[in-house]
Amino acid sequence: MIELNNVAYSYNGGALFSDVSVSLTPGSFHFLTGPSGAGKTTFLKLCYGALRPTAGSVEVFGGDLAGLARDDIADLRRRMGVVHQDCQFLDHLNVADNIALPLSVSGRSTEDVEAQEDLTELMAWVGLTHRADAYPPELSGGERQRAALARGVIMSPEVLIADEPTGNVDWEMSQRLLRLLVELNKMGKTVLIATHDLSLIRAAKTQVQARVLRIANNSIQLAGADL
Amino acid sequence: MRGLVAALFGPLRADAKADRIVPPSGVTGHLVVLAAAAMAFLAVFALALSLASGRLAERWGDELAQSATIRISAPAETRAAQTQTALRILETTAGVAFARALDMSEQQALLAPWFGDDLDLASLPVPQLIEIVQEDGGFDATGLRLRLEAEVPGAVLDDHAQWRAPLVEAAGRLKTLGTVSVVLLAGVMAAMVTLAANTALAANAQVIGVLRLVGASDSHIANAFVRRFTLRATAGAAGGCVIGLAAVLMLPRASDMGGFLTGLGFQGLQWFLPVLIPVIAGAVAFCATAWAARRVLREVA
Repeated sequence: MIELNNVAYSYNGGALFSDVSVSLTPGSFHFLTGPSGAGKTTFLKLCYGALRPTAGSVEVFGGDLAGLARDDIADLRRRMGVVHQDCQFLDHLNVADNIALPLSVSGRSTEDVEAQEDLTELMAWVGLTHRADAYPPELSGGERQRAALARGVIMSPEVLIADEPTGNVDWEMSQRLLRLLVELNKMGKTVLIATHDLSLIRAAKTQVQARVLRIANNSIQLAGADL
Repeated sequence: MRGLVAALFGPLRADAKADRIVPPSGVTGHLVVLAAAAMAFLAVFALALSLASGRLAERWGDELAQSATIRISAPAETRAAQTQTALRILETTAGVAFARALDMSEQQALLAPWFGDDLDLASLPVPQLIEIVQEDGGFDATGLRLRLEAEVPGAVLDDHAQWRAPLVEAAGRLKTLGTVSVVLLAGVMAAMVTLAANTALAANAQVIGVLRLVGASDSHIANAFVRRFTLRATAGAAGGCVIGLAAVLMLPRASDMGGFLTGLGFQGLQWFLPVLIPVIAGAVAFCATAWAARRVLREVA
């Protein structure tokens, strides 16, 4: 599904990591952990084509990202859901429109009955039905994360990539978000979550067979079962 | 052909859903409309000036070039003889279609505006005038002058060139000025729309980032901005154009008696020219915004 082969990435001459080879198989659930500044966000960006590796290759859905034009990257992102820690929205559109944004930018109808039912169901799933008409600046941290998650999965992507999805929310809310992510994985989606929250990883391990990638010393290792 | 039309007008196809991705831009947006209206208003006048001076130059050039005058200032006793000699010379001059001496009542009519109707010309040493109508090719004024000098000492040939040339030149310059003004106005509008589009795009960097993240293509994003600015510039220019045309209509008409003067305005089919102003404004805004959008989008992953 996502494969990194001998990937290196360096900022202004300093190597963030080098010779990284990782393969995410369809339906897998991965955590990416490591100290702040180790390159978790950079790793995720390499996976969804926002950054290009300085060496090596990244393959997504069987194709090398290096050969893709900007429009191909746009197509690729319609097949992947991405949730940022500081999730951003179009502040002049309400929550429902923001969640439906991936549909409208990809030219799909958001007006027909089926799309409306999907949207209603999705909003209920993330518990935002009562906030449908609110505007993003009015949302709490947890509501923003859930709205971003709903926006990330509305296209029914094959992969969901989340960067510190529980970074701004309390423990209870993080458990709620985790349950949503686990549910997605059980529906067959590949999930990759960057987090420094080890208790979240422990909690996840009780619900799903999660693997942990750890970034340290300029490389990425698959951590053992013990944490 | 259909592909070309789709490529040109595709970005302008109404798409309410896509247009909503561009946040309402408040004051900047209204400024674009206002500035486009002002430019179009000025362009209507520049165009009217250019067309009117073109007509002036043409009229002065054509009509006055067709006529010339000989003035014979001689003592009363030789005046008739000299006039006859001059007319005989004119008959044999190539390029002269027709020549005749003005009679007393015609000369009186010419002077009436200055001296009144009851003037007795016989009491004044008024020169005899001969009107010459030229053929299309004109005649050799220098040659004619030399012959008149030899045979009719009191004759002075005036082919109007002396005072006509600077007028025609001035009218021509005015026409050029008008045309340059129209081009400059288009340029200023392009600069203004580019600035406004750049500001809007820079202010909406977050919007563009979000759109790219959820899989919007560059053309989808660019088209939404292009549509917004093209429609605003076109609407503003159309408004300014209508006001400008109304103002031109209210200008005093050129009177039919006014001879070689012309009204500042449009005539006949020229009334359709200002329709092009909003079209050109739209095209300029389209290109300027598309260019600005492509440039900004290149910076976003």
